[in-house]
Amino acid sequence: MKATCWMGSNKVEVQEVPDPKILNARDAIVEITSTAICGSDLHLYDGYIPSAMKGDILGHEFMGRVVELGSAVTNLEVGDRVVVPFPIACGNCNACQRSMYSVCENSNPNAGLAEKLWGQSPAGIFGYSHLLGGYAGGQAEYARVPFADVGPLKIEDDGLSDEQVLFLSDIFPTGYMGAEMCDIEPGDVIAVWGAGPVGQFAAASAFLLGADRVIVIDRFAYRLEMARNHYGAETINYDETDVRAALHEMTAGRGPDACIDAVGMEAHHGAMPIHAYDRAKQAVRSQTERPHALRQAITSCRNGGTVSVVGVYGGLADKFPIGAVVNRSLTIKAGQCHVQRYMRPLLERIQNGEIDPTAIITHRMSLSDVSDGYEIFKHKRDGCEKVVLTP
Amino acid sequence: MASTLGWFSTGLGLAQVAAPAAVNRLAGLDDSGARRALMRAMGIRELASGVGILSRRRPTGWLWARVMGDAIDVTLLGAALRAKGNRRSRVAMATAAVVGVTLLDVVASTRTSGGDGRVAEDEPMEGKAITTINVPPEEAYRLWRDLESLAVFMDHLESVRTTGERQSHWVAHGPAGTTVEWDAEIVEDVPGELIAWRSLEGSDVDNAGRVRFVPAAKGRGTEVSVEVRYAAPGGAVGATVAKLLGEEPSQQVKDDLRRLKQVLETGEVVRSDGNPGGTRALGQVRQRAAQPVG
Ligand SMILES: NC(=O)c1ccc[n+]([C@@H]2O[C@H](COP(=O)([O-])OP(=O)(O)OC[C@H]3O[C@@H](n4cnc5c(N)ncnc54)[C@H](O)[C@@H]3O)[C@@H](O)[C@H]2O)c1
Ligand SMILES: [Zn+2]
Ligand SMILES: [Zn+2]
Repeated sequence: MKATCWMGSNKVEVQEVPDPKILNARDAIVEITSTAICGSDLHLYDGYIPSAMKGDILGHEFMGRVVELGSAVTNLEVGDRVVVPFPIACGNCNACQRSMYSVCENSNPNAGLAEKLWGQSPAGIFGYSHLLGGYAGGQAEYARVPFADVGPLKIEDDGLSDEQVLFLSDIFPTGYMGAEMCDIEPGDVIAVWGAGPVGQFAAASAFLLGADRVIVIDRFAYRLEMARNHYGAETINYDETDVRAALHEMTAGRGPDACIDAVGMEAHHGAMPIHAYDRAKQAVRSQTERPHALRQAITSCRNGGTVSVVGVYGGLADKFPIGAVVNRSLTIKAGQCHVQRYMRPLLERIQNGEIDPTAIITHRMSLSDVSDGYEIFKHKRDGCEKVVLTP
Repeated sequence: MASTLGWFSTGLGLAQVAAPAAVNRLAGLDDSGARRALMRAMGIRELASGVGILSRRRPTGWLWARVMGDAIDVTLLGAALRAKGNRRSRVAMATAAVVGVTLLDVVASTRTSGGDGRVAEDEPMEGKAITTINVPPEEAYRLWRDLESLAVFMDHLESVRTTGERQSHWVAHGPAGTTVEWDAEIVEDVPGELIAWRSLEGSDVDNAGRVRFVPAAKGRGTEVSVEVRYAAPGGAVGATVAKLLGEEPSQQVKDDLRRLKQVLETGEVVRSDGNPGGTRALGQVRQRAAQPVG
C-alpha cells in the first residue's frame, strides 16, 4: 500500500510499504477514506519529538471502512464506516475505566522507554514515534487499529460526510477537552493561545460550554479572522499588540478566567531575547520546548484561574513561571485528549447542527501530495488552516 | 569525560572564588562589586558540582546540576552581551565556551543516566518488580499457578511443563539458539495470595522465586510483586545466565510483569509495528520502523 513515511526532519515521502496484518485478536484493518495532517505531526516533521525513526508511517487523524477483523472483535462488521480515535486504549485497565484513555496502561509496548523520560508511560498513539508505541499511522491507504472493540466510533448515518465527522478522531475532542478543563461558568472570559485547528475548536467549545466571551491570540490575520467569523471570538494579533496589556484592558484588569494553550512546544515570539534563548536551547536539545505561549497564558490568567494545556510538550521547559502559579493560586490542567470519552456526545452536537467542523478545512489534497501538504501547513502558506487528504 | 568535567568545575570554581575580578576581566565582564559577588557565588556552585561529580561513583545527579548551572551562566552572559560597558568579543567568547561545556554536560549526563547495571558474574543475581493489575487476586493467582502459561508472558522462557502436583520442567532460551533447562518445585502455595518455587538439584541454573498477590485499595485490582534469584556459579554458565537475563534482572522481571498485566487485562501481549515482539527490554532498544511487517 501507499503510506506517508517520516524520512528525517522536514522530509516526508509517500512510499510503497507492506499492507497491515492482524497482529492481535482485538485488531481491525481499516481502509482509509479520509485522513488529515495535525499540528502534532508538525512537531515530528520539525524533528522535535524524540525517537522517530526513518520509515515511520505518520498520521493519527483518520477514518474509513473496516476490511478485516480479529477474532475477538464482535461489535464491528466488515464494511462498517468508522472514525478512529488517536490514542490507542484497551478499555480494561484502571485508567481506561476512569475514561483516561490517553494514559491507558497497556497500549504502549515501549512503555519502558517512556518511563525513562516521563516517569510513567502514557498510551500508545498512531504514527507518533517509538516513545509512544511505534505504531504505524493513518496517512496511508490502510491501517491496523488495535483494540478495535473499544476505540473506533461507528458512523451509521450515511447522511454525514467524511469531512463532518473526521475531526472526531482528534482535534474537535481535543479543543473540547481544552475548554472543558476550564470549568466554565456563565460570565466567564476564556483566552485561547493559537488559532490553529485546535485553538478554533477550543474557542467554539468554550462557547458551547457557556463562556460569555472568548479571546483568541495568534499572529496570522486569516486565522484570527476565521475565529471571529466562524466562531464569534474576539482576537488579539500578538505581532501588533501587547497581549498582556490587551487582555488586561479587555477584562477590566482581572485577566481571563481561564487560559487555554493550543500552541505547544514550538511557540513563536516576535523580538524578545527569550525567544532566541529558547531557540538556542531547543536547537542543542538541552531544553525540548519553546514554551512561550504557556508562559504568557500563566502570567495572564486571573488570580485563582485555570490554565488548560492541550498544546503538546515533549520533555523539559526552562524559565517556567512557577512562582506565578503558586503565589496566585492557579490551577494547571493538561493532557493528550481522552478522545474515546468525547466522540459520541460530540457526534450528537454535529448531528444537531451545533457546530460545523468542516469550516476549518482549507486544503483538500490527494495522499500522493502529502509532502506539499506538510510544507503548506507548516509555513501557513496560502491561507492554510487544515489539510485533509484522500488516499 | 565525567571526571574531566569534574576537574574543570573545581578549577573554575576555585578561580571564581579566589580571584573573581580576574575572571570577570577574562570573560570581558565589567568588574563592579556586585559582579564580583555574583562571580564568587557562581564559583561556589561550580566547586560544589565539581566536588560532587568527582566524589561519586555514579555522578549523574551532580552532572545534571552542572547542566542547570550552565543554563544560568548562559543566561547571565547573554544579558551581559546586551548590557553596555562589557567587552563584547570577550563576553561572546566566554558564552561560546559555556555553551560548549553545556553540550559536554548534557552528553555526559545522558550517558551516565543510562545505568551501570553490570552484574559481577559470581554474585547471585536478583530481580524484583511490582505492578497493579486490574483483576481480583484469585484470577491473577490462577494464571500463575497454571505454570504452563508462564511462558506466554515470560519472555526468556520457551516452555514450562507440569510434571506433578508441585513439580514442573522449565526450558529457557539461552544464547545463540541454545536452551537451558531445570526442574522446579513449588515450596509454598497459598491460593489467591502467594506462590514460591525453587529449582531442584542438578539444574543447569539454580534459581528460586516468589510471587505475592495483595488486593489493591479502592478496587484497583491486585498488587502483584515478584522476586527471583539466580545463583550463577560463574564461568560459562554464569555468562549464560547473565545473557539470559540481560544485564538488569529487575528490568527483565519488570517487563514480564508488564506483559502479565496485558494478558490479564486485555487478553494478549500487546504488539506494535515498531516492536512486534511486544514489551521487552531488547525489543524496545532495537525497534524497527513503524511499518507493517512484510
Ligand atoms: N492534547 C492533544 O490531545 C492534542 C491533540 C491535537 C493537537 N495538539 C497540539 O495542539 C497544538 C496546536 O495544534 P494545531 O493543529 O492547531 O497546530 P497549528 O500549527 O495549526 O496551530 C498552532 C498555532 O499557534 C500559533 N502560535 C505560535 N506561537 C504563538 C504564540 N506565542 N502565541 C499565540 N499563538 C501562537 C501559530 O501561529 C499557529 O496558528 C500543537 O501543539 C498540537 O501538537 C494536542
Ligand atoms: Zn493530532
Ligand atoms: Zn487501558
